[in-house]
Amino acid sequence: MRKTAPVTEWGSDFDVLDPDYVADPFGIWDELRTSCPIAHTDRRGSTWLPTRYDDVTAIAHDIEHFSSLEVVVIPFEGEEPEEPVLPYGLPPISADPPLHTWTRRLLLPWFSHHRVESYEAMTRSLCSGLIDGFIADGRADAASDYAQQIPVRVIAHILGVSPDLADTFTGWVRDVLEFADDHDRRVNGVQGLLEYFIAEVAQRRVHPGDDLLSELLQTSVDGAPIEDSLVLGAAALVLIAGVDTTWSAIGSSLWHLATHPTDRKRMAQDPDAMALAVEELLRAYSPVTMARVVTTDIEYGGCPMKAGDKVLMNFPAANRDPAVFEHPDEVVLDRAHNRHVAFGSGIHRCAGSNLARMELRVALEEWLRRIPEFRLDDAQDVTWAGGQVRGPRQLPVLFP
Amino acid sequence: MGRGPGARAAPTAGAVPVKIRVDPDKCQGHARCYGLAPELFSVDDYGLSTVVGDGTVPPELEERARLAIANCPEFAIDEV
Repeated sequence: MRKTAPVTEWGSDFDVLDPDYVADPFGIWDELRTSCPIAHTDRRGSTWLPTRYDDVTAIAHDIEHFSSLEVVVIPFEGEEPEEPVLPYGLPPISADPPLHTWTRRLLLPWFSHHRVESYEAMTRSLCSGLIDGFIADGRADAASDYAQQIPVRVIAHILGVSPDLADTFTGWVRDVLEFADDHDRRVNGVQGLLEYFIAEVAQRRVHPGDDLLSELLQTSVDGAPIEDSLVLGAAALVLIAGVDTTWSAIGSSLWHLATHPTDRKRMAQDPDAMALAVEELLRAYSPVTMARVVTTDIEYGGCPMKAGDKVLMNFPAANRDPAVFEHPDEVVLDRAHNRHVAFGSGIHRCAGSNLARMELRVALEEWLRRIPEFRLDDAQDVTWAGGQVRGPRQLPVLFP
Repeated sequence: MGRGPGARAAPTAGAVPVKIRVDPDKCQGHARCYGLAPELFSVDDYGLSTVVGDGTVPPELEERARLAIANCPEFAIDEV
């Protein structure tokens, strides 16, 4: 359903929730890159949209003029609800240094290369178990039956919360990110997450476990325990940032393989192709756009940006910039020069990037091992979500 | 901003060994180098990448070293 007026001028009046943009933003970015490389809109507040690699990465590195205090792409409609329990938002993603620096250091070891290797076996068995559930049917929704089910359970494992609540967690995260322009759903998602984690924190104070939440509660910084609001914010961040994003990357990759038989066959037959292919799929179908807020009036790239304006960190468009990538709209599975920024650039590089890569690789390996031949079910629609995170939400496939 | 395309590695004559380094001020922990050439790089718990040993690249790994240079999103790796 179209909630906003159709866009006729993308350079001066863009809308990332426009259905045409959500379904296929690539041509729009191509046109903007040559005609108006940093687009602007006044829909949902004054907001800028860079489309060139050099601009996106330069802005990501200029943390003095472009703050992370506001990172959501779709601002709250109407009155901002009181959230006294999260005065700092979701650090480190919603923070600038110095708060960003030390809160990020608390989280990073949980997502190190070494630690992520220890999550691989459970991820593989989870993927295989999901496939067991539908392989005999000869059809599945590769998004909702598979991709959507994977990251949320791995994140639940890391946080030490119940995987039985996976669908509830997914619902809250979608309320916050995907249905961000629906005021009631967004409030519902935020409240659900907060109330849940407040209860979990209280329980772990009494019965600590071997999990991220418990460790945060037992960590001292400068001789004092971390404030509850920071623990809550970090826990909610890990869930919010680790679910929609990776699920969208898995879904988009399966969509690509369902619609590109040559690539599908190559990946199914050559396991060594996987490492470079994962990076290429991340480049071509980067799911995540973040926001920054302009700290002081500044002219950037000829654009008069005002303090309080937002800038959408269009990493997906940067990754399609022909100035950096040859044939950017082609998926070249063995692309050797691939300096993509699917996980961002600069100090806010996705803290979970090692985990996301592992989940994407294992999800594709298990799918291709069990279901090497599959295609879209033309009788049903593929649907896409967009805005902060882009990826398929319904992806019906057949593998008779 | 000084963030232009990274310097292309010049082809070597073979006699002079290639030596690489990671700029710790630029590295943000993407770990692309480690993924492409785990023999040449190590990453710590915070994602910071460092070269193994003094960064001298064995001839058989030169191609991988160049790949690591060409794939770092932060332009943090270069030839010494």
